[in-house]
Amino acid sequence: MRKLLFFFLLMSGLNVVAQNPFPRNDVEDDRSGRYAFKNGTVHIDPFTEITNATLLIEDGRVVSVKENGTIPNGFSITDLKGRHIYPAFIDPYSTFGMPEVKDGGFSWGKKEQITSPRKGPYNPNMAIRSDVQAAELFNFDKKKADELRKAGFSTVVSYHKDGIARGKSALINLAGEQTNEMILNANAAAHYSFDKGSSTQDYPASLMGAIALLRQTFMDANWYKETNPYFDLTLEGLNNSMNLPQIFEVEDKLSVLRADKLGDEFGVQFIINGVGDEYQMVNEIKETGASLIIPVNFPKAFDVSDPYIAMDISLAQMKHWEMAPANASLLHQKGIKFAFTADGLKNLSDFLKNVRKAVDYGLPVEQALAAMTTIPAEMIGANNVGNLRSGSYANFIITDKELFEDDAIIIENWTGGDKLIVNDLPEVDLTGYFTLNVGGEKFQLVGKGSPAKVSHELKINDSTKVKTKSSWKNDQLSLSFDHDGSVYLLSGWKSDDGFKGKGQINSEWITWSANRDSTYQKKEKKEEEKDINIGEMIYPFVAYGKKDLPEQKTYLIKNATVWTMEDDGIIENTDILVEGGKIVSIGNNINSSGAEEIDGTGKYVTPGIIDEHSHIALDGVNDVAVNSSMVRMKDVVDNSDINIYRQLAGGVTAAQLLHGSANPIGGQSALIKMRWGMSPEKMLIEDADEFIKFALGENVKRSRSSNSIRFPQTRMGVEQALVDAFNNALDYERKWNSYNELSRKDKERTKAPRKDLALEAILEIINEERFITCHSYVQSEINMLMHVAERFGFRVNTFTHILEGYKVADKMAEHGVGGSTFADWWAYKWEVRYAIPYNASLMTGAGVTTAINSDDAEMGRRLNQEAAKSIKYGDMDPYEALKMVTINPAKLLHLDDRMGSVKEGKDADLVIWTERPTSVYARVEKTFVDGRIMFDSDESEAMQEEIAEERNRLIKKMLKVKENGGDTQEPSRNGQKNFHCDDFYYQF
Amino acid sequence: MTSITNFNSNSFEMRILYIVLFLIIGISSISAQVPSPGEAQSKPILITNITVHTGTGDVISDGAIVFKDGEIVSVGKSTEVDAPEGATEINGEGKHVYPGFILPNSKVGLVEVESVSATIDASEPITISPNIRSIIAYNTDSEIIPTLRFNGILLAQVTPTGGLIPGQSSIVQLDAWNWEDAVVSMDEGIHINWPMAKLPPRWWRNETEWRDNEDYDESINKIKELFIDATAYSQTDPTDENLKLEAMKGVFDGSKTLYVHANRAKEIISSLSFAVENGAKKVVLVGGADSRYILDFIKDNEIPIILADVHRLPMRAEEGVYDPYKLAGYLTNQGVKVALAYNSVANSRNLGFYAGTTAAYGLDKEEALKLITANPAEILGLDNYGTIEVGKSATFFISSGDALDMSGNEISHAFINGREVPLEALQQRLYEKYKKKYDLK
Repeated sequence: MRKLLFFFLLMSGLNVVAQNPFPRNDVEDDRSGRYAFKNGTVHIDPFTEITNATLLIEDGRVVSVKENGTIPNGFSITDLKGRHIYPAFIDPYSTFGMPEVKDGGFSWGKKEQITSPRKGPYNPNMAIRSDVQAAELFNFDKKKADELRKAGFSTVVSYHKDGIARGKSALINLAGEQTNEMILNANAAAHYSFDKGSSTQDYPASLMGAIALLRQTFMDANWYKETNPYFDLTLEGLNNSMNLPQIFEVEDKLSVLRADKLGDEFGVQFIINGVGDEYQMVNEIKETGASLIIPVNFPKAFDVSDPYIAMDISLAQMKHWEMAPANASLLHQKGIKFAFTADGLKNLSDFLKNVRKAVDYGLPVEQALAAMTTIPAEMIGANNVGNLRSGSYANFIITDKELFEDDAIIIENWTGGDKLIVNDLPEVDLTGYFTLNVGGEKFQLVGKGSPAKVSHELKINDSTKVKTKSSWKNDQLSLSFDHDGSVYLLSGWKSDDGFKGKGQINSEWITWSANRDSTYQKKEKKEEEKDINIGEMIYPFVAYGKKDLPEQKTYLIKNATVWTMEDDGIIENTDILVEGGKIVSIGNNINSSGAEEIDGTGKYVTPGIIDEHSHIALDGVNDVAVNSSMVRMKDVVDNSDINIYRQLAGGVTAAQLLHGSANPIGGQSALIKMRWGMSPEKMLIEDADEFIKFALGENVKRSRSSNSIRFPQTRMGVEQALVDAFNNALDYERKWNSYNELSRKDKERTKAPRKDLALEAILEIINEERFITCHSYVQSEINMLMHVAERFGFRVNTFTHILEGYKVADKMAEHGVGGSTFADWWAYKWEVRYAIPYNASLMTGAGVTTAINSDDAEMGRRLNQEAAKSIKYGDMDPYEALKMVTINPAKLLHLDDRMGSVKEGKDADLVIWTERPTSVYARVEKTFVDGRIMFDSDESEAMQEEIAEERNRLIKKMLKVKENGGDTQEPSRNGQKNFHCDDFYYQF
Repeated sequence: MTSITNFNSNSFEMRILYIVLFLIIGISSISAQVPSPGEAQSKPILITNITVHTGTGDVISDGAIVFKDGEIVSVGKSTEVDAPEGATEINGEGKHVYPGFILPNSKVGLVEVESVSATIDASEPITISPNIRSIIAYNTDSEIIPTLRFNGILLAQVTPTGGLIPGQSSIVQLDAWNWEDAVVSMDEGIHINWPMAKLPPRWWRNETEWRDNEDYDESINKIKELFIDATAYSQTDPTDENLKLEAMKGVFDGSKTLYVHANRAKEIISSLSFAVENGAKKVVLVGGADSRYILDFIKDNEIPIILADVHRLPMRAEEGVYDPYKLAGYLTNQGVKVALAYNSVANSRNLGFYAGTTAAYGLDKEEALKLITANPAEILGLDNYGTIEVGKSATFFISSGDALDMSGNEISHAFINGREVPLEALQQRLYEKYKKKYDLK
């Protein structure tokens, strides 16, 4: 209804303008703005074109488009002479006219910013800015507007690129007498991102924090609407914009999925502004049902002429260079709706050029045009832009030929009836082969190029050519050149068969003429080999990604030595049958007709290794709120981390991906299997129990930052922070309980309590629906947390790192908590000064379920060796030692009913080793996950070769671009994230 | 409580008691944490019934060793070795004896706790400081040292870090009263940290790509200027001593090794060509992660490599998953002299398992052993160490199993220059203490 009303207001705009309220300094000069364009091809929309059309516009609006339409009196007529008119483009994602945004940065090592420094009745978090209205901030920039218009745009959606919730954008026409007129809709869309922009507030510091904050904000908005607990301009703004199109900006394809999933939780379908890598996860993106806004800023080829520099360009970067132009086409083939944006282009003139490239890569032209006109219009619910139907804005471009022909040029851009000349086409044709008679001499003059862009040269003979300067301006031709030591300056006008005029040779006045002998024949450009081979897609899109997912076959491993990790112990000469992803049988001489046999003679088979503490495969690790129990590592799983494959190469099949240890209460864990090639969602272990990271000690108390002001800064304070969280959670539960117990009538009269995702997570711990893995080192703090837990009636599940666990192992056993520790790390900080490598042996001896974990992508791939260190330190039996990386972590993660041992009915997560698995000499031959061979050492070597070949192909192709004078970019290597508990850094 | 308040603390008996208590507690805690160095060898020692891994590539099963005054006097099959007069005999019980492992490029004794700056003496904030000498800060009582001995590491190169030229390293033996006592080779080398041409992204600035190191050229110039000035200085006999230029002298006359630290291909080439062209007589590459890509250059110039790390991730996603494990073997098989170092000081006790890993990935086990014995000895100029051969220092240890494998490395005896050195220290004492508490056997 509102939209309809708005439309009527727009339609009646004619009258509003007629009664112009703006002061003027002249007589009234209201012209009708009636223009007629005839003899052209008018594309009313991408799927409707009229040839020999007449387009009538009046007062900035389209009156009609008719084939050979009659032109009423009072219209200025332009003869298009066969040219084309298209609806002008709409950029649905622009910051046109918006103020610059300065990045808020992160207070790393400085004084923390805990509360929002924004003054006024705004949201408690500075990155939530739904109160912002782009229309209020709008400042017309004529220069930029003209640039956009020259690129073919008439209309943009301008949003303020600041914050996680960014408020409302405005739909803006790029021309008009007054700003008031240009803003077609001040409530175009609501905008979001995962980037906190100018916010200097610490939380959220991570992607999962941003997601958690937005999740809580949507809940808060709902609660605010229902209970009006206080005045909050931001939540008012958010609630007011919920009925608008919701546009979400993301930084990669994974976040397309993340944004959509978040929207699903609240019944919101986001339109997602991606970065152009969506083709890499096209199937998953299709499933979201989201429409996309995609850029056309295709990467330039890398300058790979130096092999040592080329080496640093990843396969993914190279393949993306090759495939990026096919993004649109691949999305279209999948039936994903998308609009184009010029966002991200350094040079606006590349917009059309690159859309044409997308067309070369298989995107149908109608679809390309729709993605620039009707689709963006539809996305923001505007039906009077992006087409040339009667009543629509007279926003169009005139081109000399079909828009998608390579050399078609935009001649004019009309926006709301305002004309901008983009390319001043001479009315005369300056091309052709002329005989130039000048001062008694005859030369051949050649006008080359297209009418829009002509250059002239003098051909003296076959080998001698003289460059000339020429221009056509104000109906006059100027032509000058140097020849035989003489300077020729000629000026002339049109004649019947060419040009003639007066001029000077070395200051002597002469007359001249140039008669056209024939028209210019464009030299058939050597059909520029448009190499649109885009290579093969791999999943995930990095080196060692595979073309197809390994199959879940029936496998029979024959005659191996099996370390069962069950009471059966080590059994020799044993067969294992794997079917449907499960271990079906274990025994001697198993026969299975359909099974693929794997000879295990001389080999060792163990269950897959489970890493209780890992930070691989994540797009973030630490957030900073003292209690960040609302952040979820599940939200930020990155399935393309090469370290997943590397873990498989070390026999690791499952891991707990933990939040970091920057705060006492960290975030919720993600339990994954190393399902290389699957989506993040599918990597998560089905129906696993929920875990959460806690942390104690030096990291939590910010020992390394002397500027920190954040509470707590001592172990004493940490206890209080924890008790406080549990108390608050109980209080929260009481509030909800008493509210829920109210009668329906009373409920209507009572304000509902606020849903608090942090407290809910804490409450789950008390209710034993969520389990703690606590980063801890020294005995005092370990003791403390056990007491806190007991006080609130639950048990700590696991102490991780726990290097002084050996000092309180008896208490741990009594409490029932497990220990997941490092084999021999110590002395890297003060609190691990008394860490000893006998810790695992002592804890095991005292009856604590003990695991060895990695916290490190490198160590994670040789956890068998780390476990074996307890043989040296504490004389542990090798078989017991291996339990610390198989069945014991499975127990700690409550997965021992389906993983962690070789047992019939369990998941077929298996490793085949070349030697006794506790030996430093043991290598992984094959790693199975759910009965799929996810890693095979021979295959891996073959893939290394294939990768080299593929790189070679791409390098050759890039070198060719350079040879042919194409644009290249300096190679710049992508950083690889490598997370640890403490913080994160990039590998080098 | 009452007994204490009623106590006359000035009584003679009490004072005696205090002193005795103090001595007991004091001595036991000192010996628990920092055991006294072993005493000099007074009698010849014969080890029999042992498998000798000589460090030269040979293995002598059923072997025997005799050493006297800290020097090996006889090695061979048990049947070939005679016991000297008055020798103490150690029955090797079929165990293994290995040359003491040598840990190059280490901050041992300079860094105690990596995150506590007061415990760190490894780097000056000066970019060019060849005059800095690590040896005088070397703390023989570092609690890290016994953990190295416990795993078979008996010698280390104490190396300063930080800046472009952090200073000079020295080689120490790892059981000493003080640094004078510890030193095996004083100020034996100068180190250059070649700057990186590209720097990793700064995540806190939302960077995702590597960027140019803007200081690269300036840094290179600083290094060049030092070499030019030092060359000139070394040709004269100036009365005004310039500490930095004086320190550089040895680089040009071959008395000091130039250790060039670089990991990435381009920087390895730049740094090594620089070192060779600027008159350094002995050049060693430290780091060398990308060395497989510039093998020809390394071979042509006969440059040995100290690989900084084995247990590391590949430099690039495209590389073979096990490439870092395979690198030492690859280089060795190509004829390059390779030694292994360890990146973090606290974990460097795992050096032996680095070698074990290289053996799992393509290297013969005895060749792998060389990477941490004979090869570092040769690279660091320790003629007397690194192998079990007649005439060499009696610096070796006995392990019940394969010392390169964590499931076999269990050391019962270790000798440095013939002195039997203590193996157990704080960590073992804590182990015993809690084993007792939990009544474990």
